[in-house]
Order: sequence, then C-alpha cells, then structure tokens
Amino acid sequence: MILSTRRALLGASLALPAAGLLGRAALAAEPYKVGFIYVAPIGDVGWTFQHDLGRKALEAALGDKVKTAYVENVPEEGADAERVIRKLATDGNRLIYTTSFGFMNPTEKVAKQFPKVKFAHCTGYKRLPNLATYSARFYEARYLAGIIAGRMTKSNIIGYVGSFPIPEVVQGINATLLAARSVNPNVQIKLVFASTWYDPGKERAAAEALISQGADIIMCHTDSPAIVQTGEEKGVWSMGYDSDESKYGSKSFLTAVTMDWNEYYIEQTKAAITGTWKSSDVWGGLKSGMVKLAPLNAAIADSVRQEVAAAQAKIEGGTLLPFAGPIKDQSGAVKVAAGKALTDAEILNLNWLVEGVQGSLG
Amino acid sequence: MREFTLVVAILVATLRAATPLMLAGIGELVTERSGVLNLGVEGMMLMGASVGFIGTVTSGSVVIGLLMAMLAGAATALVFGVLTLSLMANQVACGLALTIFGTGFSALIGAHYLGMPLPGLALSLWPNLSTASPLLHQAMLVDPLVLVAVATPFLVYRFLHRTRAGLILRAVGESHDVAHALGYSVLRIRYLAVLFGGGMSGLAGAYLSLAYTPMWAENMVAGRGWIALGLVVFSTWKPFWLALGACLFGFVTIAQFQAEGLGLQVSPALLAMLPYLATIVVLVLISRDTVRLKLNAPAALGKPFHVTA
Repeated sequence: MILSTRRALLGASLALPAAGLLGRAALAAEPYKVGFIYVAPIGDVGWTFQHDLGRKALEAALGDKVKTAYVENVPEEGADAERVIRKLATDGNRLIYTTSFGFMNPTEKVAKQFPKVKFAHCTGYKRLPNLATYSARFYEARYLAGIIAGRMTKSNIIGYVGSFPIPEVVQGINATLLAARSVNPNVQIKLVFASTWYDPGKERAAAEALISQGADIIMCHTDSPAIVQTGEEKGVWSMGYDSDESKYGSKSFLTAVTMDWNEYYIEQTKAAITGTWKSSDVWGGLKSGMVKLAPLNAAIADSVRQEVAAAQAKIEGGTLLPFAGPIKDQSGAVKVAAGKALTDAEILNLNWLVEGVQGSLG
Repeated sequence: MREFTLVVAILVATLRAATPLMLAGIGELVTERSGVLNLGVEGMMLMGASVGFIGTVTSGSVVIGLLMAMLAGAATALVFGVLTLSLMANQVACGLALTIFGTGFSALIGAHYLGMPLPGLALSLWPNLSTASPLLHQAMLVDPLVLVAVATPFLVYRFLHRTRAGLILRAVGESHDVAHALGYSVLRIRYLAVLFGGGMSGLAGAYLSLAYTPMWAENMVAGRGWIALGLVVFSTWKPFWLALGACLFGFVTIAQFQAEGLGLQVSPALLAMLPYLATIVVLVLISRDTVRLKLNAPAALGKPFHVTA
C-alpha cells in the first residue's frame, strides 16, 4: 500500500511538471499570429498585390501554425498608420510586416512601445532590436529590362515615368540606361516624374506626353497598369512594374519588374516561431528570387532572351555588377572609375542620373 | 511634320484631360445657377466612375455602363437634394458629407472590381489619316465623350440664355422669393437642377473609368471634382468661360509632362504644382473685383428656400 502510494505520489509529482510542459506545448501549438499592413487595396495589381501573394504563400506553407491578419488601404500620412499598427500589436500579432516606406516612423514608434513584438519594415532604413528591414534589389531586374528595352526600341528613345526622385527610383533609371546602352549605345531615356505612386490618370498623361515626343517604349516606376493601357492604345511597347500586367495590353506589354516576397515571409516567420529571428537587413536581388521579370512577350526574339538569361546568370553569380564603372553623370563627370563599382551604401543613397538620361531630379 | 504631330497630340491630350472637368463643371454650373451649392462633385464623380465600371463589366455594354453611371450620380445628388431642399439642412455641410460618402461607398462597391481590365473606347477623329501618318492617327484618337463635352457648353448656354425654362432656372437662382411669388415651383426646379448636376458628374466620373484609363481604382478621380468646383467660380458661372477654364487646366496638366519630356530644367515638384497654382492665381484675380463677382454670382446661391407665402 505504502509502496504503491509512494509510487503514485512519485508518479504524480513527475506528472505535474510533465503536464505543465504539455500545457506549454499546447499553448505553443496555438497558431503564431502574423499581421500585415498594406498601403493600398490588395486588388491594385501592384505593390500590395504582390505582398498579399506572399501572405497567402505563408499561410499555404505553414498552415495551422500561423494565423495571418491584414489591414489594407492604410494611408501613410497621418495618425492612421500608427493606430493600425498598434492595433495589430495589441490584437496579439507577434510578427508584423509593414509594407511601405511611409510606414517607417509609425513602425519605429510602435516597435519601441512593444519590445516583445517583432516588426519588419519594407524598403525602410530604421532598425531596432525588434525591428528588421527588408527590400529587394529592383535595379538588378531593371538591368535585365534595360537590355530588352535597348534591343526593342527603334526610335532609340525610352520613355520613363518615375514616381518620386528617391534613390530606389533613381537606381532603376540608371540601371535601365546602363543596360540599354550596353547593347545599343545610341539609346537615351526621357524621364518625367508623375509625383505619385498610383494615379492612373496622371500616369496616362505622362505616358502620352512621352509617346508624342518619340518614345517607343514606356517604362514606369508607378503602381497602376495605366502605362500598359496607354502603350496598347498607341501601339508602343510598355514595361510594367510590380505585377504581370499583360492583361491590360497583351500586344504592348513586354515584361514587368516584379517582386516575390514569398520566400522571405516564410523564412522569417519560421525563424520567429522557432525563436531564431534576429533584426536584420535583407536586401535580396535576382539570386534570392525576390525580384524577377514577368513572362516575356512572345514578340521578343530568342537572341534577346538568351542575352537576358546570360546577364541574369552573371548578376546572380556576381560577375556582372549593374553599377560597375566607368559611369559618367549627366554633366559628363566621371562618378565611378573604370574597374570600380558603386558600393551598397552609395547605391542606397543614389541621387544623380547617368549620362544619357534626359530629365532632372528637381 | 514632327512638330505638327506634337502640337496636335498636345491639343488632343488637352481636350481629353479637360473632358471630365467640363462635364462635371457644366453640371455644377447649372446646379449653382439654380441657387444650390453642391460641394459633393468629387463624391458623385467617384460614384459614377465605380458604378459605370461595374455596369459595363456586368452588362458587357459601355452604353449601359454610362447610363448607370449617370443614374448613380443623380441618385447620390438626390440624397443631397432631399437633405438640403426638403429638409433644409446646411448645403455646404451636406455637400462635404456627400463627397466623403461618395468616396467611401464607391470604394466599397468597387472593391471586387479592382484589377479588371476593359478595352478602351477611343475612336479616331479622322480615320483616313491612319495610312497617311500612323503617328498623327494615334495623336488624334479621342473618345466619343470628348465630343459630348465639347458640345455641352453650347447646349447649356442655349438652354440657360435662349429658352424660357433656362430663364426660370436663372430666376430661381437670383431670387427664389420672387420666383415663388410668380408661381414657379422653386423646389421642383432646384431638384431638377441638382439631378442634372449629379448626372453630369456621374458621366464625368464614368469617362475616367471607362475611357481615359479603363479600370477602376479607389479614389481615381484624384481631386478633379474639386477642380471642377473651382472652375465654376473661375468662370463666373458662364458656360463658355468654363470651357476655357477646363481647357486651360487640362493644358497645364499635360504641359507639365511635355515640358519635362522636352528637357526643361524645372523641378518636377514645381511642375506638378502648376495646375493648382494656375487655378488659385485666376481665382484671386477674379475675386479682386468684388463688384463683378457679386454681379455674376447667383444671388440666392447657397440660401435655403423657406416657403413664406
């Protein structure tokens, strides 16, 4: 009796911590809540659309282990962004992705107030122990697009509709021109700024102006498919941004510089769940798959496709650097000497245009 | 030849950019001439844009889409009309509320239709040019609605100044008490004017979502409704001056990009400001002459009508 009671007591005393462990395991089996905040509606077939594809991929990959929540259409200015991010944090989301540059300051503020919650901010530069940043080297895909543009243009004028004169946009313009000139030395870029990320009417007006001035390829760094529609209507080539916009102009659409956040979201969330998440700065290029070109138009010749594939392999291998010298700026001064290349820091702060781009940063 | 094509392209682009301003502005001009100040133009345009797009996608016919857009604009204006004419609420507040409502409601109903493409409406002004010069042919593509917008100032001027009905409408706008004493139904005339204004704003919005950039995007009117409101005052409530103002504003919007493309070394931010600067400058110039402004504004504008007799 006593033996069995002692054994029972021993068993019970062992069972309690085991039950406690089991209980904690049961709690851990509760899905890891991940929050997303978007600057535009998901249906924009653009920037936010791609981020939401990443969110869906995350759900598909991790299934029951995660539970995602998102808030779309949050304006960057004003108190709304901060309020929404804070609500995501208080709702129990343990990892929050803020997907637009303009969310930088609100994210930093909320991150300081919620040190146990992890944040990741896209295309920003402020970091904290619980705030990571991530972005993609869009300029590498722009380089490939520039090769296509240089080969496909007949008038040697590429029209470029930029959004705002920030380094990310300038990187794209410069990479496009350098690549285009590497296959076609006579090409030039006519640059206009629409001063908006998403305004179909303005983007159309800008594209029309460039076309009327002789551009036969229109590229953009804005989020709506208006450029592609304009190109289709006017019978010129167009290259989109963010997503595959071919349904807006199947004849005119050559390709688009798109981004793929799936792998990043899955990896980072897995790390957060297993406890190995660190505040990092991820700047993935072609190799990581974070940027890629949309499927190429059938009208693009095989020889051009091979050139693009070769260039892509070289960039991924590190033997071809888009910003390798010699590079001159618009005034003719040598900004990058032969044999050198722009460093990451210089690329991040790029604020001058290369020779061959007609336009000004204001 | 290259320069000629460029000039033609600029002219046509100006007309296309001016069309939504023209259509919405004329509607608001008639509304204000009857004495009602409807600030909800932006909301009505957005309703027209989203309903027009939805109607076209679901029915497959652009004409049905345009009609539905006009009905949506008129329905939104009807809400405003009931509040301000029958319930005599403050017109400014109701108009602003209408804008906010239209913006939000259009986004709600249009949410499912984001990211859907539609083929555009463009037809060529001179089809024979396509063989002569493809570039010129491209430059002269307009939408039928542009031609409608060009015709409206003439039609509205004729209505306002050459018909009896127009005279009565202007009378209601100048002095609703006298018009009432003469036996005219002030509220009925104002309702009709408000509905017309709503329908035209809806049409203007549908132009943007069906012809200019055939897609639906939240807030795609991007402030053009406010510009149209400003243009009505800018034009001192005269249809032909409104047409001039719309073309001027359309031109400045296009010129911004043309100038940048031609290599003008001006800051893009400054160029983007130009359309709004132009509107402010002209409004200030006009308002300096207060007598002229008072003479031209409908005297009963914004005043609710209380039946006293």
